[in-house]
Amino acid sequence: MQYIRAHVLICAGTGCTASGSKKLEAALHEELVKKGLDKEIKIVETGCHGFCEAGPLVIIYPEGTFYVRVKEEDVPELVESHLYKGRVVERLLYKEPVTHESVPNYNELGFYKKQRRMVLGNCGHINPEIIGDYIANGGYEALAKVLTSMSSGAVVNEIKQAGLRGRGGGGFPTGMKWEFTQKATGDKKYVVCNADEGDPGAFMDRSILEGDPHRVIEGMTVCGYAIGADEGYLYVRAEYPLAIKRLTIAIAQAEELGLLGENIFNSGFNFHLKIKEGAGAFVCGEETALLASIEGKRGMPRPRPPFPAISGLWGKPTNINNVETFANIPQIINNGAAWYAAIGTEKSKGTKVFALTGRINHTGLAEVPMGITMREIIFDIGGGIPDGKNFKAVQIGGPSGGCLPKELLDLPVDYDSLVQVGAMMGSGGLVVMDETTCMVDLAKFFLAFTQSESCGKCTPCREGTMRMLEILTRITDGEGKVGDIELLEELARNIKNTALCGLGQTAPNPVLSTLRYFRQEYETHINEKRCPAGVCSALTGYKITDKCIGCGLCKKTCPAEVISGELKGRHTIDQEKCIKCGDCAAKCPLKAIIKG
Amino acid sequence: MKTIEDLKRMREQFQAENSIRQTGGIQVIVGMGTCGIAAGAREVMTAILGEIARRNLKNVTVRQTGCIGMCEQEVLVDVVRPGEPRITYGKVTVASVPKIIGEHVVNGRIIEDLVVGKIAD
Amino acid sequence: MELVKVTIDGRQIEVAKTTTVLEAIQKAGIKIPTLCYHPELRPEGACRVCMVEVEGARSLVASCVYPVSQGMVVRTNTAAVREARRMVVELLLANHPKDCFTCARNLNCELQTIAADLGLRGIRFEGKRKSIPIDANNPSLVREQEKCILCGRCIRACSERQGVHVYSFVKRGFNTNVAPAFEVGLDKAPCTFCGQCATVCPTAAIVEKDDTREVWQAISDSTKHVVVQTAPAVRVALGEALGMGPGSVVTGKMVAALRNLGFNRVFDTDFTADLTIMEEGYEFISRLNNGGKLPMITSCSPGWVNFVEIMYPELLGHLSTAKSPQQMFGALVKTYYAEKSGIKPQDIVSVAIMPCTAKKAEAAREEMDSTGCGPDVDFVLTTRELARMIKEAGIDFSSLTAEQFDAPLGISTGAGVIFGATGGVMEAALRTVVEVVTGKELDCLEFHAVRGLNGVKEAEIPVGDLKVKLAVTHTLSNARKLLDKINSGDADYHFIEIMACPGGCIGGGGQPYASCGDIRQKRLNSIYECDQCSSLRKSHENPAVKELYDTWLGKPLGEKSYQILHTHYHPQQRG
Repeated sequence: MQYIRAHVLICAGTGCTASGSKKLEAALHEELVKKGLDKEIKIVETGCHGFCEAGPLVIIYPEGTFYVRVKEEDVPELVESHLYKGRVVERLLYKEPVTHESVPNYNELGFYKKQRRMVLGNCGHINPEIIGDYIANGGYEALAKVLTSMSSGAVVNEIKQAGLRGRGGGGFPTGMKWEFTQKATGDKKYVVCNADEGDPGAFMDRSILEGDPHRVIEGMTVCGYAIGADEGYLYVRAEYPLAIKRLTIAIAQAEELGLLGENIFNSGFNFHLKIKEGAGAFVCGEETALLASIEGKRGMPRPRPPFPAISGLWGKPTNINNVETFANIPQIINNGAAWYAAIGTEKSKGTKVFALTGRINHTGLAEVPMGITMREIIFDIGGGIPDGKNFKAVQIGGPSGGCLPKELLDLPVDYDSLVQVGAMMGSGGLVVMDETTCMVDLAKFFLAFTQSESCGKCTPCREGTMRMLEILTRITDGEGKVGDIELLEELARNIKNTALCGLGQTAPNPVLSTLRYFRQEYETHINEKRCPAGVCSALTGYKITDKCIGCGLCKKTCPAEVISGELKGRHTIDQEKCIKCGDCAAKCPLKAIIKG
Repeated sequence: MKTIEDLKRMREQFQAENSIRQTGGIQVIVGMGTCGIAAGAREVMTAILGEIARRNLKNVTVRQTGCIGMCEQEVLVDVVRPGEPRITYGKVTVASVPKIIGEHVVNGRIIEDLVVGKIAD
Repeated sequence: MELVKVTIDGRQIEVAKTTTVLEAIQKAGIKIPTLCYHPELRPEGACRVCMVEVEGARSLVASCVYPVSQGMVVRTNTAAVREARRMVVELLLANHPKDCFTCARNLNCELQTIAADLGLRGIRFEGKRKSIPIDANNPSLVREQEKCILCGRCIRACSERQGVHVYSFVKRGFNTNVAPAFEVGLDKAPCTFCGQCATVCPTAAIVEKDDTREVWQAISDSTKHVVVQTAPAVRVALGEALGMGPGSVVTGKMVAALRNLGFNRVFDTDFTADLTIMEEGYEFISRLNNGGKLPMITSCSPGWVNFVEIMYPELLGHLSTAKSPQQMFGALVKTYYAEKSGIKPQDIVSVAIMPCTAKKAEAAREEMDSTGCGPDVDFVLTTRELARMIKEAGIDFSSLTAEQFDAPLGISTGAGVIFGATGGVMEAALRTVVEVVTGKELDCLEFHAVRGLNGVKEAEIPVGDLKVKLAVTHTLSNARKLLDKINSGDADYHFIEIMACPGGCIGGGGQPYASCGDIRQKRLNSIYECDQCSSLRKSHENPAVKELYDTWLGKPLGEKSYQILHTHYHPQQRG
């Protein structure tokens, strides 16, 4: 038997694959063979670390050195220097954006230091296609524990005591949901995992499924035992082919070891799992639409009650939770409800994974304890705002969430605090904006998303979001009218109050929250026909200031030929004819052309 | 797999395979500076890996280090057992590898006549 | 039945636990607007017009889908409810053509009525409107999807009531539309043209194809001899569309109105209903005696015939080859009547007033041309179209004096009139078949086992030595159940009557709107009342029918009958 002295972990998540990790892996393998090191060094494909912007990511053990943005052409040096001679390749280490210090070790990165990676604990550190990697880290012990020593009631109780709430959006207590399904009468029950992650920018569920699929399978199986179901469905959007592939492998491996199937751990409990691919409708993340879709019907929500716990998949009692919720289950069983409940706040327990995007230094996935402040997430973990700009607002909770201003940066992030200020946890999207963002434009962006993803069933969502979008469009086009804000508010209030499902009821949130915190910006657009952030092109013009030396470069550049002026004299732009392309401002050597 | 014991056995087996990703255990550190390589460090490294495999040792990691400034003593090999001083052996050859592994790494007995340095933490 | 107490607008009432909030509200005597709700279809909760406040609920609730619970407190008329209702209706109107003046449903439109009730005085949203081409490529129905408010009632009627599943929602969000698969026209879809979708549509998104202009033109053409036949079910429903109560029997006024409109002869489809019984009754006896294909199934409902041609072509041999009364009538008008009256068939325009939209398509079938000079029935008007012509002509319908049909094609029996009700063809056939086979007069002419609105009715009737096993059904979803039984070999019936529409022709796709169970029951009662009042109640005793056989046709199933009164069926490949 050959002794393996080093493991090279290469991230094979979707992000790193996109930035070339597969090519990197092939090149590395070739180089190791060439150097005769392939027998003593093992390459391990892992799931996502949540730090995709720095990919492809490589970790080398036993040292645990963390390399970022590793390209094919770096391979010879990496092998010669690190793997042959044991010398760290300094230039491939991560450098903190502010201090510019190199950080050789994973856990010392600012991005990871304040995180509490529990659900994501295995992601990036195990090979998701090898069940043994999961088992080596304590995998399936929770399942063994419940099947050999706990009653189904005790399992439900444990989850209730832990205080876990649904991670998919609404934050409904998971234990209560399980209890409803457990108590519902039915000869057949189902467990369904909602993996139809659709919020723009959110990818925590994908990362878990790609990086640690067995954790979700184990969570679902525990749930099956607790509620009395022998069959489960994973509804995964078809845009997640890698997640589907890894889940398929994981299910097969679990079946082979008897961790899925008949009479698991000799307990008499049977559980089978199937994958159902979603076809790309955002609304299928809504639980009743999701169930309709599994049944082969058009993915449209239906009114509740009856709730799925009473009448779900094919009319049978069904417990449906999202990926992150199920991924929390094994650790609660292993460590106990009290341990779990000690993390977080009084009413929001445990951790939550956020997807950081927008105008922020570190984009990626961050798992933090509930109750952490927005400031800590954005500035400590996210590394603050790039290019020396100022923080303006953060959209939390995806298109259904709300937009919060800097006055609320010290707000603790938990379910109830967020709802109070007009946002919501949602699935954990966090889009950071700096002063160059127009809030009316932002609201328009999110509304355009929900508007185009409306299923079309109920009037307020189908018709109302279109009218809201039209009003927002005319405001940003400089055609806003007095009364438009009030009309928007009336529409928003009634859509919230009358739409059939969560998608419609929450669609107005981005508009309502920006109106609540940035009403002035709307008024400026309408009354002064001006976009303070200089984003709305119809409301933005270019001016040549007295810094102009008359070099004539702008005049030559202008594609519309609307700049006039004598050489060495101050030039002017014909505002009527200007197409606002901004080429002149970019060309001006003295930055004498400004927007406004 | 039908019992918790089955699961635990499997866990131990897989943990052993991935042990180098865990911290702790005995470290064997080979000097792979230019001087070391010139003196035959690579061959020593291969011998160490072979010896560990032959004895099927768990909980041992093999690392490399660069030149530490005792070039005339190369090949240098350090052995670090948790809680014990770091022992540096000098002029290690392929022939002395089985002894270092067998005596020191496995049984904790320092081979005093090869030692060129001791560093206590 | 478990009862719960609920408080509605401060008033406490007791209702069954399975009741919806809307049903409780209605029980409390309060009328709130609804659009996607239909009492005979599964509630959908889509339009959000019936929103009410329920104490403790996070938002307003759609009362049509929300179940009551013990102690529930409901408010139907708060500021929030009124604002929400108005907003929803305003949003619907913003995406709806503003052509009420010239719309087929003007003054008869649920959306228009609700907008009026709510007192909307303006639409604040201008912007994108849906733009979808009109589907008018079939003889029966016109779909103008720009008028569709996506309530989904047509989808549910077609799938739940008819089991045909032509329609579904296609596309998403603002672009959502109701259409057959692949958005083909109804002519290319497996549509039976039964028109049930049109009867449940709250707006003019689905209406009958309007043929009144063509009929007016024929009436005004002095070179044409225009004759009209009226189906049995029209006389018990036409009044509803002209301000009279449901179930009013208006036979005589209808005849008078038709004369006033200018038809040259006013005849009765009941006459050929009697004739159908003769042909179909003898066909049944012949199949029984000669080992013909059984069970024999009636073929007078053209929606049903389309259904079997499209969906169950393997069962076409079970259909009676007798033409429907409308088509027997059309064939006779252009042959027998033309000969008798000395008018060239080319100069005769034959119009049928039907409770049915599929009859328009039936009249247009290629094989329905007995003379070689054009369709036997030139135009088919639905009950609704006739009502519009009467209004257009300024006839004060309710004050008209009753008049009689013209002879000879206006002479009929009670057996003919009950064709308009489910079970009627079967009952009429039995009255003749039993007497012909046994040679003895029946003691009791009423066969109650085949009457009524139950979905599938079965009976065993002794006919001579044989106990004849019968089944009667209405609506195509019920028909499907029987056909599947035949295909699986579990149906040992001899004779089956199938009507495409609920309650039979009285609930047809061309009848006045608001066809629900209560109204259908009233029409049904009136049909049997007409039968009761008839002096002759057996088809074989109709003197005009006898004369027709004696002087012209010969005998039932004779050579001339086969030529003129029988037809054939062919599989339709659609959808």
